[in-house]
Amino acid sequence: MSGFTMVEALNRALADELEDDPQVLVFGQDIAALGGVFRVTAGLTERFGDRVFDTPLAESGIVGTAVGMAMYGYRPVVEMQFDAFSYPAFDQIVSHVAKMRNRSRGLISLPLVIRIPYGGGIGSVEHHSESPETYYAHTAGLTVVTPGSPADAYSLLRSSIRSDDPIVFLEPKRRYWQKQEGTLPVTTPDIGTAVVRRPGSTATLICYGPTVDLCLETAQAGTEEGWDLEVVDLRSLNPLDIGTLVASVEKTGRAIVVHEAGSFLGMGAEIAGQLSERAFYSLRAPVLRVTGFDVPYPAARLESFFLPGVDRILDAVARSLAY
Amino acid sequence: MPDDSTVTDPAQMIRCLPDPAAPDAPLSPHSLSDDQLLDLYRRMVEIRRLDALAMSLQRQGQLGVWASCLGQEAAQVASAHALAPQDWVFPSYRETAVGVVRGIPFVDLLSQYKGIWLGDYDPHKYRFAMNSIPIATHALHATGLAMAARRAGDDLVAVAYMGDGATSEGDAHEAMNFAAVYGAPVVFFIQNNQWAISVPLHRQTASPTLAARAGALGFRGIRVDGNDAAAVHTVTADALAHARGGSGPVLIEAVTYRIESHTTADDQARYRTEAEVAPWRERDPISRLDRYLSGGGLLTDDVRDGAHQHADSLAAATRDEILARSPGDPTEMFDHVYADERALLEEQRQMLVAEQRAFEESWEDS
Repeated sequence: MSGFTMVEALNRALADELEDDPQVLVFGQDIAALGGVFRVTAGLTERFGDRVFDTPLAESGIVGTAVGMAMYGYRPVVEMQFDAFSYPAFDQIVSHVAKMRNRSRGLISLPLVIRIPYGGGIGSVEHHSESPETYYAHTAGLTVVTPGSPADAYSLLRSSIRSDDPIVFLEPKRRYWQKQEGTLPVTTPDIGTAVVRRPGSTATLICYGPTVDLCLETAQAGTEEGWDLEVVDLRSLNPLDIGTLVASVEKTGRAIVVHEAGSFLGMGAEIAGQLSERAFYSLRAPVLRVTGFDVPYPAARLESFFLPGVDRILDAVARSLAY
Repeated sequence: MPDDSTVTDPAQMIRCLPDPAAPDAPLSPHSLSDDQLLDLYRRMVEIRRLDALAMSLQRQGQLGVWASCLGQEAAQVASAHALAPQDWVFPSYRETAVGVVRGIPFVDLLSQYKGIWLGDYDPHKYRFAMNSIPIATHALHATGLAMAARRAGDDLVAVAYMGDGATSEGDAHEAMNFAAVYGAPVVFFIQNNQWAISVPLHRQTASPTLAARAGALGFRGIRVDGNDAAAVHTVTADALAHARGGSGPVLIEAVTYRIESHTTADDQARYRTEAEVAPWRERDPISRLDRYLSGGGLLTDDVRDGAHQHADSLAAATRDEILARSPGDPTEMFDHVYADERALLEEQRQMLVAEQRAFEESWEDS
């Protein structure tokens, strides 16, 4: 059977980088014998020995030791088990990972990747479904990448490991088991490039990570209304590929940003600001946002009410067209 | 070298030089040659003079702030002196004496406090990491680098310098625990100077000593008189050999005292009395080494005067250099954020350049 899932793509990307570069190390909680709670690292410790290892249960310790290893020339790839468990490492990420190159006037590079499964939709308990992308994307010195497809998961993770800058790599956990046709390896456009996943003319849906497939599904549903929706997958949140967004809006005149994180000061706010500065005369309606509500992530039985869905996005398209 | 009593009994610690405050305390032998002892003395005199220079520069408005290491010269100089060139130091902001012993020109350390840049020396050249202001966070970097060096088969030890307050931070615990679990060659050098800004040691821990913590994590802890240069050097050399030999990390608690306020922005009169500080002045680490060396006939008036003259001339030259140092092109703030060029930052750089140009033109017109 051909095709591969996002988990398989991530696993293969790690394996291929471990194979190609002896400086690559993979570590985190439960990633060795267990292969990670999502099995992203399954089989790697059997194949690469102590270059893939378990750590004590301490997220700040994982990221902080990765800083020291990166200073010494290794390329650590560390896993935070779930989104909200990256917060104990927040001080290390913001105060050191992001700033070390600048503080040292360019003399210290930290080529490390922090993998974080993120987002909701898996019916989990509290602290397992959050969307922390804005915290990281807001921080100067960090690069924030999030794949929306298995092919991007493979290619962007390989690019991230090869980058001389630290990368926060956000993995949309509810898409882990999504399958894509084709075979690995694949090469997709590099970090910093947004991709038009579906060309269209009615309006632009701007999405990333878990909302990419949602927007593609919405675009399909929109054809029943006679709408031809364009879908742009950001892939990289910092840097943000404003050029591709402006080009799309110059064509469609309307933009709707879709993400699971709350709207207040979220990626949608930044994108709306950028488009109003750079594509004001092309816009035929305000940039709209379809996002999670600005409440703590709800209990599992309520998450379907919280998460953006096809109908809510189609409603936003209708509101945009009504201007 | 240590027995358990030196680790857990606050009354016990390793001493080599007679302590006027504890005349009956047993003394251990030290491992230093006469030349090494004299070198420690000269270095301590030098750093005390440079520290005084920094204090006066701050009072004159030339530095934004300064964190003095007055009273901690033995702990810093003697421990740094024991390091091998290939070892890495992970300092907090108070380890200026360590930096000087590692060879960093003092002016480059002052540069940060004048606000020239966030750090202004080559960390690789001196194997002295960028000093870390968030408390205890750098201890993890030391552990990570030591894990990396061990993995690479390289012979080096990473030394994390922290204060007593830092031991309350989670990162200190995580750094020690990781180092112990992986057997990483790290020396955690804790200067227990009794105060974390205004909070005394007994508010940081209920443990009788800081050194005792190592035992709970499964590695060696040592307690040493931090105002005794010979003891600090001997204990540090022993700890480095232990870590270098693959036996895992060591925690050294150097018991000392912060004579000055936390920084020039702090006012110690609000939380402690001169009556508390006075006995520690009597235990001054330089006077103590001076008495020991003078008693043995090693330190003559000529050597003492020479040390002070050297320190004075170094301070005078450093003063000229730091006064002459000014920030460079402000657009450098965009240069080191990322390894590659970022469109957003290039736009903002051009905005700043245009702003500067407009300002200069309006200045010329007026």
